[in-house]
Amino acid sequence: MKKVMAKLRALGQKVIAWFVDIPENYPKVWDKVKVVGKGLSTTGRFFRKVGHFMTHNKVLNTTTHHVVVFGFLKFRITNKRREAVLGLSFILIWIIGYSIFTLYPVFNSLYLSFFKVRLDADGIQTTLVGINNFKAAFISDPYFVEILIEYVLEMILNVPVVIVFALIIAMLINQDVKGKGVWRTIFFLPVIISTGPVISELMNQGATTLPSIENYDFVQLILDNIGEAIANPIQALFDTILLVLWFAGIQILILLAGLQKIDRSIYEASMIDGASPWESFWKITLPSIMPLISVTIVYTVVSMSVFSLNEVIIYIRDKMLAESTVGTLTTGYGYSAALSWIYFVVMALLILIFIGLINIRRRGRHS
Amino acid sequence: MNMIRRTRHFFKDMTKLIKAKDYAQARSKLKRLLVGMKFTDGLIYTLLIYTMLISLGYIYLYPVLYMVTNSFMTVQDIISSTVKWIPSSLNWENYRLVLDQINYFDSLKDGIILAALPALSATASSALVGYGFARFDFPFKKVLFVLMITSFIIPPQITMLPTFRMYSNYGLLGSIWAFILPAILAQGLNGAIYILIFYQFFRMIPKSLEESAKLDGASSFKIFTRIALPLAIPSIIIVFLFSFVWYYNETYLSGLFLRDSGLMTLPLRLQSFFNQYSSIYPEGSRARELMQAVKLAGNLLTLFPLLILYFFTQRYFVESIDRTGITGE
Repeated sequence: MKKVMAKLRALGQKVIAWFVDIPENYPKVWDKVKVVGKGLSTTGRFFRKVGHFMTHNKVLNTTTHHVVVFGFLKFRITNKRREAVLGLSFILIWIIGYSIFTLYPVFNSLYLSFFKVRLDADGIQTTLVGINNFKAAFISDPYFVEILIEYVLEMILNVPVVIVFALIIAMLINQDVKGKGVWRTIFFLPVIISTGPVISELMNQGATTLPSIENYDFVQLILDNIGEAIANPIQALFDTILLVLWFAGIQILILLAGLQKIDRSIYEASMIDGASPWESFWKITLPSIMPLISVTIVYTVVSMSVFSLNEVIIYIRDKMLAESTVGTLTTGYGYSAALSWIYFVVMALLILIFIGLINIRRRGRHS
Repeated sequence: MNMIRRTRHFFKDMTKLIKAKDYAQARSKLKRLLVGMKFTDGLIYTLLIYTMLISLGYIYLYPVLYMVTNSFMTVQDIISSTVKWIPSSLNWENYRLVLDQINYFDSLKDGIILAALPALSATASSALVGYGFARFDFPFKKVLFVLMITSFIIPPQITMLPTFRMYSNYGLLGSIWAFILPAILAQGLNGAIYILIFYQFFRMIPKSLEESAKLDGASSFKIFTRIALPLAIPSIIIVFLFSFVWYYNETYLSGLFLRDSGLMTLPLRLQSFFNQYSSIYPEGSRARELMQAVKLAGNLLTLFPLLILYFFTQRYFVESIDRTGITGE
């Protein structure tokens, strides 16, 4: 047994010696490697050694100014290159994950949007139709464009409302109020409820709207007193605000976390300089959480657009399940894939417009 | 208590001043009370805040109150037109029915495992990726960033079919790995939004802090774990909470991926129970009338653990401020 162990050790030393460029008859190979990681704990030393070994061997050898690959490919280490390698290694897991899990479904759905697709027991049958699916969506489909325009108008109205309300609520619960934990838990309710199956149920039962507004003829009161021209938009706004607030849960939390990160001493300093709360909101709070507002915009647009009760989504799903041919319009998976790619472009444009609008404002203030 | 004492003092002082006919002093004292020194500490501001909190909170609380009161109703209460809000008695029968039927505590354990493992891996991986995007410059960064956001914007309903076929090719269907593996590789449920959140949070941290660590000889990974992460605790918490809630509440994907396996999320189990329930009792029977109340009771039971989780984690929001220690910027 001892002999075997000794032989194994000798073999290990040989392998290490080959990698680390130590003459084979060098008495104590381990000592040479030991140079790295002096004064560390045993585990620390071990990891340091492994790390050192990974960057100092025959395949990859790092010196102060160069990286040598396979002993003959020599690269100079520049700051830029070092940063690129580091950055890529941080996002490496994402690149791997994207190519394993996301690349195929995304591009497969794009690819299939150029086909007529039939699903049956044998699998998928496809016939190439070129851009006919996209053409049909705009020309032959009687409803799609109409629904899409309605959707865009709705988004333009609703997204700013969500963001503004989320910001207001986040700032309210960021104050020193009594029972902070309770308030925060109440405003966490929409996150829990709107991400699950509960929201559709509550919507069906009418629990997401406040009955008091309808029951007590609130709108009728305005209608009688002010007139239809003003009352109708107010009613529409009320209806949307209540529904839209349910989509604000995640945004509230993102903005709250952002507000927490602003240093309190900045506010104190500005107050000593005579800034009013109003001014410090526009000059301190808003600019510091601006990056997070763009995140919330992306999230708001996407979550409202892919919500399972969204008109466009319902339409696309119906077309996916119904395989039929009317004139030039053949519905089915291929057609609905085309529809959702059009939908995707519209969404992306909306997001770009919203984020562009914020950035124009910001640039204007700086200049 | 303090509030009451202050009010009593205020009225005592006011009566004294008015008795002494010192109206100017009284007026300034009143103004001080209403507007305060800098408006944000006055009574008007406080009232305004609480009014807004209560009215906005009411909107969110209303459906929950509705669920709570209706879940206690008996058949008589539901049919009777006199009972609208408050049930005639505290009737735990609906809760007991759900607890027994869906094997609540076992399924809760399953549900927590199904949510916590993917949520933890998604948080860790998206923090890494978000930091990589936020702090380093590398070729094709913009292309990769756009690809990442694209994968979020595409309606999941349309990528579902190829995804499902792909997962069945990988042999991932029916096991928890169908959720954990994508989460580890930063492709989990709504993965792009976590990366975006981390991206923006890491960009909010002053760069000089990391530069000084670099001068002291810290490696990039060390800077990430020792400096960037502790400063981004609020973002870690919200990303974990979001992904936990999303995985916990998920019914569509888990319905597809975990079919025919013993694993089931709590909402899914509830759904299958209700399907059974409504197939046993025909439309119009008394038991069917009760179903609404039972449904609400079941939903409340699934939401409850999430509320507890949040109530205990929200305090960590405040912990990471005042740790920056950057001066003279």
